[in-house]
Amino acid sequence: MQIPYALQFVDFLSALLLLIVFAMLAQRRILSLINLFAWQGALLTVSTCVVAYSTHQHHLYYSAALTLVLKVLLLPWLLHRLIQKLNVKWDVETLINIPSTMLVGIGIVIFAFNLAAPITEMAEGLTRGLIGIALASVLLSFLMMLTRRKAVSQVVAFLSLENSLFFAATSATQGMPLVVEFGIALDVMVASFIFGIFFFQIRETFDSLDITNMENLKDD
Amino acid sequence: MSNLVEITALVTFQLAQLLLVVLAAPLLTGWVSQCQCWLQNRSGAGVLQPYRVLHKLFVKDAVMAHNASWLFRVTPYIVFGCMWLAAAIIPILAVDLPFSRAADVIALVGVFGLARIFIALAAMDIGTSFGTMGARREMLVSFLAEPALLMVLFTASMISQSTQLPRIVDALAHHQFVLYPSLAFAALAFTMVLLAENARIPVDNPNTHLELTMIHEAMILEYSARHLALIEWASSLKLFAYFSIGIALFLPYGITEAGDWAGLPLAILWLCLKLMLAGAALALLETLIAKMRIFRVPEFLGTAFLLAVLGLLIHFLLKA
Repeated sequence: MQIPYALQFVDFLSALLLLIVFAMLAQRRILSLINLFAWQGALLTVSTCVVAYSTHQHHLYYSAALTLVLKVLLLPWLLHRLIQKLNVKWDVETLINIPSTMLVGIGIVIFAFNLAAPITEMAEGLTRGLIGIALASVLLSFLMMLTRRKAVSQVVAFLSLENSLFFAATSATQGMPLVVEFGIALDVMVASFIFGIFFFQIRETFDSLDITNMENLKDD
Repeated sequence: MSNLVEITALVTFQLAQLLLVVLAAPLLTGWVSQCQCWLQNRSGAGVLQPYRVLHKLFVKDAVMAHNASWLFRVTPYIVFGCMWLAAAIIPILAVDLPFSRAADVIALVGVFGLARIFIALAAMDIGTSFGTMGARREMLVSFLAEPALLMVLFTASMISQSTQLPRIVDALAHHQFVLYPSLAFAALAFTMVLLAENARIPVDNPNTHLELTMIHEAMILEYSARHLALIEWASSLKLFAYFSIGIALFLPYGITEAGDWAGLPLAILWLCLKLMLAGAALALLETLIAKMRIFRVPEFLGTAFLLAVLGLLIHFLLKA
């Protein structure tokens, strides 16, 4: 069976998405983490454009443009400015060391692929394998949120989670209604602004962005 | 009668490949170091420098440690033989050569392993501390690199449903063009293994003069003259063989069928072009990245293994 080239290309991009999520999981430096996030956004833009072109859904071009502006340019720029203002250039601390995290990651990928297998059996259309990859990326982003200790990298993990969901939505189900996408984009914008304010609040209270300090707020 | 002609053609092709590889391997090494020189704003010694070094080493008298055993003497020949055999198995000019039917990719990895065992034993044979240290480090690197290499080869085998390199090349090159996401992962993992196995920069520095950071060089410190020449030549052959495996798996377009005389010049042209590009890419990579601490190497190769496994998983999921 010969799959059309456009869909092969989307398959290829999905594999790259998984690769970028893994690279984020392995990344020690916060600056590279943000750059990887920008790359993820760029990849998403390209894949959305390809899906839009191959399925002739013109509204997907708008969401691709939205992705480009928001996730490739604006959010990375905001995060860069934030870490400059907060003066955080430290290496990211993780709760589990990186090689073990990667091994857990492989386990998660196998789990996600198995989980998606029945869905792919039922689903028709040629982009079936993408659900498994998108699910794996979502779970890996979750893992990253769990294993990181600093607030900034957790936020990047959250944004990467949103990216993975967006990828699942555009490529596996050929896109959500435009209104929903605008809503989500706005939500992410607002969320990242609030995160920014939170960073300053956390640092003002604890003199650090290490969220384990929040344990002190609990009553005994 | 026609059968005889066919067999003669096959054998001629095999011999041509063997000769070409053994003669061109130092040229490739020279090309890589020349590219590095250009990138680092040095003038460089020219692409023919490895031949001059080999010539110099071959005319010198060999010096041997007093307590060297037969193992130490015989190792350079075994290592050179292994690398030459490996280069004979890989479809470099043409697929379906007589030698390549004798061994599949797993045996190929075994041939590399055999050479490594002998060179590590020879390094320990003399009993110098640097040799022993180099041998232990080499074993640390290679036992992590080997499973990753096998996983990469398995990914390609799964796609073509065969562990025979000619069949893999045939399935990848001579059918309709398909984008394989799993092979992208495999290519990345393979590049990392190539760097580690050929003592290249993030793992080891081939030009180092600092004994404490050496891996490969520490093992061959005691060798001189023709023995050293053979080992250096074998290293060039190994680099050539790894490049050829990479080309066979990821850029197989242009490799002809054995016995196809008309396709031969074009195949040689393609091979030269691809090797030049790959050599330049290697030089660029080595200029851009710094050597890492030895304790980071397991993590580096662990990542290579992980990428290879991911490639395999993605092959299962996407069936591509």
